[in-house]
Amino acid sequence: MIVFDRVSVTYDDAPAPTLDTVSFVLPEGELCLVAGPTGSGKSTLLKCINGLVPHFTGGTMAGQAVVDGRSTRTHHPRDLVDVVGYVGQDPVAGFVSDSVEDELAYGMESLGISPPTMRKRVEETLDLLGLADVRHRPLATLSGGQQQRVAIGSVLTTHPRILVLDEPTSALDPLAAEEVLATMQRLVHDLGLTVILAEHRLERVVQYADQMLLVPGGGRRVRLGSPADLMRDSALAPPVVELGRAAGWSPLPLSVRDARRRAAGLRDALAGCVAPSHAPLAAAGRELASIRGLVVTYGATPALRDMTWRLDAGEIVAVMGRNGAGKSTLLKAMVGLVKPSSGTVRAGELDPARSRASQLIAAVGLVPQNPSDILYADSVGSECVLADADTHVSPGTAAGLLAELAPDISKSSHPGDLSEGQRLILALCIVMTAAPPLLLLDEPTRGLDYGAKRRLVEVLRRLVASGHGVALATHDVELVAEVASRVVVMAEGEIVADGPTPDILATSPAFAPQVAKILAPAAWLTVPDVVAALASRSAS
Amino acid sequence: MRPMRTVDSPGYARPLHPGAWWLWAIALGAAASRTTNPILCLLILAMAGFVVMARRSRAPWAYAYGAFLKLGLIIIAVRIVLQAVLSSQSQGIHVIVDLPQIPLPAWAAGLKLGGLITWEAVLIAFSQGLQLATIICCVGAANALASAQRLLRSVPGALYEVGVAAVVALTFAPQLVADAVRVRSAQRLRGYDGGRLGGMRRTAMPVLEGALGRSVELAAAMDSRGYGRTTEEAVGARRLTAGLVFGGVLGVAVGLYGLLDASVSGWLGLPMLGAGCLGAAAGLVVGGRRTRRTRYRPDPWALPEWLVVASGIGCAAAFFVVASRDPAAAVPPYPLDIPQVTVLALVGALLGALPAFLAPPPPDRRAASAVNAEPATAAGEEVAT
Repeated sequence: MIVFDRVSVTYDDAPAPTLDTVSFVLPEGELCLVAGPTGSGKSTLLKCINGLVPHFTGGTMAGQAVVDGRSTRTHHPRDLVDVVGYVGQDPVAGFVSDSVEDELAYGMESLGISPPTMRKRVEETLDLLGLADVRHRPLATLSGGQQQRVAIGSVLTTHPRILVLDEPTSALDPLAAEEVLATMQRLVHDLGLTVILAEHRLERVVQYADQMLLVPGGGRRVRLGSPADLMRDSALAPPVVELGRAAGWSPLPLSVRDARRRAAGLRDALAGCVAPSHAPLAAAGRELASIRGLVVTYGATPALRDMTWRLDAGEIVAVMGRNGAGKSTLLKAMVGLVKPSSGTVRAGELDPARSRASQLIAAVGLVPQNPSDILYADSVGSECVLADADTHVSPGTAAGLLAELAPDISKSSHPGDLSEGQRLILALCIVMTAAPPLLLLDEPTRGLDYGAKRRLVEVLRRLVASGHGVALATHDVELVAEVASRVVVMAEGEIVADGPTPDILATSPAFAPQVAKILAPAAWLTVPDVVAALASRSAS
Repeated sequence: MRPMRTVDSPGYARPLHPGAWWLWAIALGAAASRTTNPILCLLILAMAGFVVMARRSRAPWAYAYGAFLKLGLIIIAVRIVLQAVLSSQSQGIHVIVDLPQIPLPAWAAGLKLGGLITWEAVLIAFSQGLQLATIICCVGAANALASAQRLLRSVPGALYEVGVAAVVALTFAPQLVADAVRVRSAQRLRGYDGGRLGGMRRTAMPVLEGALGRSVELAAAMDSRGYGRTTEEAVGARRLTAGLVFGGVLGVAVGLYGLLDASVSGWLGLPMLGAGCLGAAAGLVVGGRRTRRTRYRPDPWALPEWLVVASGIGCAAAFFVVASRDPAAAVPPYPLDIPQVTVLALVGALLGALPAFLAPPPPDRRAASAVNAEPATAAGEEVAT
């Protein structure tokens, strides 16, 4: 179905090719997962399939990609609409109209399909993707999962035989992500579509994949194979695979279900051990922030209802909940970006909504969901200089912090050229320049690969060990299992659960990490915990 | 005679064709352009508001009329300040207040600061401001009743590309504002207290970068969904289409100007408008032949659409007749007298309100109210902050 014959892609001004002689053949009806670190060329590879590379992006392409017998050399993306449906990273950016039905019909209108056929296909697609009850709604009012399904539907109506998706679940909470993935499986199983998708969070996707395309980057060879084969020695691996490797299972389990079947022995071996409590690293310290009776409303809709909460030095608190539960609003209220309708917020001694930004930054800092929002200089070095000036600290403070947390970031590079992970660390350094004791992060792992995430975990642990407090709003359960000492679950603007990480995560169907699901009912959360316990057992 | 179709019934709930709403609103605006009589202007304003209340949907844009009313108030206030307080001309004899006057240098002739403020000047400024506000509120009514995007969807095939570009621009503008708000607040996170010049640069850079990135992504999405598959054709035909349409639109613009501005000689009006319409229509027909595109569920144009347009035109016609037969009623010569209202003008204004009964009720009242009842979505959060 998809044939890549020695495809190389070099963008203009790039020192090295992004893809280097990539060859593979993907048969029809497979769900293929493309995995690799950020910047390895996953998106480029996906764009080659429908001809966006090189027709749209520019650059030089050698070799050829053939899709369903048509070469992208001679066919533009618009000539491949009836073969390849392509959904980009941000579905909202690709919407051309404002309502669900019009969006679904757009591609067919371009093809000149007859109105009765269009009507029929729109209805079928609405049913197939479970969108019938939102068909008349404006796109802006849909949830993230619904928007993603509309984006998928909008390319399905032209009846392509291949569906290409670039990180379809990266912005979604775990349940919405499962919704989208279940849809995808249905397309593969019932309609015989070939689906090829890129994803960082392998734990969400790898068990559904028939084939896996590993794009290691750095000039190394792209490998196509079954996920079970590739996972044996891949540097990128979800927790279930790492647990399998640690326990020496063969073949490796890819899904929680497979692993549970094999885990009886492991559960027995761990029976005598006590799962670590993930208690705060430093002894619970002074109060850094407190919220009492906080109500925040947007227009008539309350985003936070009567919230009472506190945060101490030495703890990492994860704020979880579905999209729109009020997580971001809570963090914004703590730095005064939204004004409370009633109730009090205190960050240290300050009322965030009434303090000057330069005072507040000495008490609490927030890294926003999109780190680029606070970056505007033309080089990393001048970003650091400006951060020193903004916060009135001695010159070189920000640069020193950056050198300590991420020595590999060059001072002369443009912030726009950094990888997602590097940009996040840079934004974090700028916010931490004034050394606020409390650091807040909004959805920090969006678009981060496993390596970048590991580094973020290290950075956060170091901050906490030196007496800071951290709160992060996130959908990433594996990250939470690894770093958080306390978890707060929110729903509809209220706290529905607040307690130590193992108590909250281990029993939750939506938020349990893979290890907890495999080893339930014991409250193990991460692979390193299990490995350490096994090691100490065999030592004693 | 043709049997009555379901879509011809004014009781059958469906959205009215957006073009009909816009024609009706433009006709109402044209009526308002004929009169500075404040009573008639207020009457038109009230009728447009009445129709909006009766026939608007629950979609986000349906609340536009209130915003336009506020804009109208600002226009009136600015007009009064500029004309009655700051202008040294056209003052009357009924003094409200005599402020101490600050002498201005010679180059500021025509301006004054302080001095006499008279009832005549204030009332004339008020009625002229009210006329402008009424015309703008008519546009507001069209905005509230019909989505601009839906209107652009029904542009003729020849103008398809232009329509898409306009739709994209319409979605981008609010997005840009939301981005600017988000980035501005994010700058606070750096501990930056603000300051005019630096603040501009700090906001502009990330916003522009974001907007550029998004347009590239949108273009990629449109390309990979088949946009532009229909454009291969002879260069000559394309030029002919463009020339006809452009010339026609120019003719329409000149013709409308001639019609609406009473001081221009008569034959610039209707004949030019007619010629312009013909040219544009010919261009659209020629251009429309080449497109192989189809339309998904186009809005029907049936009896209610004709009735709505007719009521607008009826209203405009009545006002035009009043303006030519009875200029004192249309443009009261003495601002302090109570303005007269003729029966014909009254009937005309009432005609303009008929769509409140003639147009079918919007279908999505129930479905859309479910949208509003839903708690804050992620998108809602971002826009609101």
